[in-house]
Amino acid sequence: MALARTHAVALLGLDGSLVEVEADISGQLPAMVLIGLPDAALSEATQRVRTAAKNSGCPLTRNKLTVNLSPAALRKHGSGFDLAIALACLAADEVVSPESVGEVVHLGELALDGRLRPTPGMLPAVIAATKLGYTTVMVPLGNADEAALVPGVRVVGVASLRDAAIWHGAKLEPLRVEAIMNVTEEEEDPVEPDLADIVGNEDGILALQIAAAGGHHIFMLGPPGAGKTMLASRLPGLLPDLDAAAALEVSSLRSLAGRHVGTSLVTRPPLESPHHTATAAAMVGGGSGLIKPGAASRASHGVLFLDEAPEFASSVLDALRQPLESGVISIHRANAIAHFPGRFQLVMAANPCPCGQFGSAEQTCACPPSSRRRYLARISGPLLDRIDIQLDVRRITAAQLRLANDRPGLTSAIARSRVVAARAAAADRLAGTPWKVNGEVSGPWLRGPQARLDPSATAALDRALERGGITMRGYDRVLRVAWSIADLDGVLRPGREQVGQALYLRKGMTP
Amino acid sequence: MADKDDLGRRGEHYAADFLAEAGYRILARNWRCQQGEIDLIVERGGEVVFVEVKTRSSEAFGHPFEAVTVAKLARLRRLAAQWCDAAQPRPARIRIDVVGVIAPNRGETRVEHLEGVF
Repeated sequence: MALARTHAVALLGLDGSLVEVEADISGQLPAMVLIGLPDAALSEATQRVRTAAKNSGCPLTRNKLTVNLSPAALRKHGSGFDLAIALACLAADEVVSPESVGEVVHLGELALDGRLRPTPGMLPAVIAATKLGYTTVMVPLGNADEAALVPGVRVVGVASLRDAAIWHGAKLEPLRVEAIMNVTEEEEDPVEPDLADIVGNEDGILALQIAAAGGHHIFMLGPPGAGKTMLASRLPGLLPDLDAAAALEVSSLRSLAGRHVGTSLVTRPPLESPHHTATAAAMVGGGSGLIKPGAASRASHGVLFLDEAPEFASSVLDALRQPLESGVISIHRANAIAHFPGRFQLVMAANPCPCGQFGSAEQTCACPPSSRRRYLARISGPLLDRIDIQLDVRRITAAQLRLANDRPGLTSAIARSRVVAARAAAADRLAGTPWKVNGEVSGPWLRGPQARLDPSATAALDRALERGGITMRGYDRVLRVAWSIADLDGVLRPGREQVGQALYLRKGMTP
Repeated sequence: MADKDDLGRRGEHYAADFLAEAGYRILARNWRCQQGEIDLIVERGGEVVFVEVKTRSSEAFGHPFEAVTVAKLARLRRLAAQWCDAAQPRPARIRIDVVGVIAPNRGETRVEHLEGVF
């Protein structure tokens, strides 16, 4: 047989589609032609495959090889097709068994000596292969742990093309080679910073717990050095562990971003804090040719922290409105649409004015009122609309520092257990609705018969609405936060105290 | 004479014998003109075949076929056109083939033939 086929996976965003790799041998001078819209890196596969095969002791045919990647109209990127191309070529030459090769999905890049290199995006590719009904995948040994994280798939990790050919029935002697492993990058400190490090700032600690319990987006306003960043970096530590589906998604995004995944799924919520010079493509994803996930996608199921939020370009901030609304980031290109998950918890921090001193007791602000107004107006109204909690963070006084030394603070572990209990209570109440946490619940549901509060409990809120202090939308937001506070306090429904606290967490915010 | 020229000559002999055995009639060997040389010109069934012969003593540095480049074939194509201009009668059909000869110093010589490569 001069024709053989096998399978590989082409990724677009996190979605993979199956690519059939066909190889045909025809009686002409040695050549290898690769068709089916490969990009530059993939076109060079012809050189890698021919050399790797020769150095593995199973040279390709000396006739002409035509390799087709089908569907031919789908653009294909990267070097992950090398193994599939090599095995299709060997199967066409009957060096390996065409039947065996045809039933397996092959992923991985070849080195010139025939060894297999770990390839980024392995996890989403294996997930896609499983979804498409394939039960066996062959991957580089350096990726085998990562591929094995996907349930219900048989992973064959091979160190070299020679091993792969032997597995598929080639009559070769096994040759031990040193497998190429992932460079284990310096694992960033797995210990999450603890809430107990925070001195004073009782309001802040409470607001963080409420935000974690209800999945509320949060906006922190305060002078430099007040501890905004310190607070924000402790929010992921308060969130519960990721469930199985979320863990797989977070790990897939890590894999796609070319970062090390390791031998177990990521179970802690990620924290992404892009610098304020980030472009829209860096924030939501993009890139020419290959579409990569941005910071907002990598923060999915975790926290996206924007320090110095008014310094971000307004177009970048507004690009976040779509994911905040739908939980999905769609990136459109002329020839494709890539979808990435984008359900993150947004934390923004800002100084109250360009010089940062406005409202602080120690120094006076030098900014004219107009520039102060302009500064915060850079965060657009529609974006602020989605933020339930605004927090004033103040600098610590010497007295607070002395007090804190006497009293140990709340630890993250205790706070997290409170948050987990509160989320369980909310999930119980919201069973049968499309929502899981209070931050997602719609206003009409909150005001409907199933959740209506006592008039005595909402008296302060109603008065604020009558006076024009808040709008209807603001009213709903206060209710949402009040429910989260009630869940944290372990009471069945929010009373006067919880509503008051929720109202306090909106002070100074746009109506 | 350099060893490699000798090897080339030996290879061309092997190729000619191989083709003759396969029923081809040899029209010319090492046909030369100003622009170059055609190793072998043979004929079978009214089709004239221009043959590039490539000889190597081993496969250590690749198969002989790998040394036949597109530029070399293009030159062969031009030379073939020149030969046809001079030929009487003009051939009805022509073809360009490559014969690869692996002729080790000791051991079996192997000859491989690719038809219609260009």
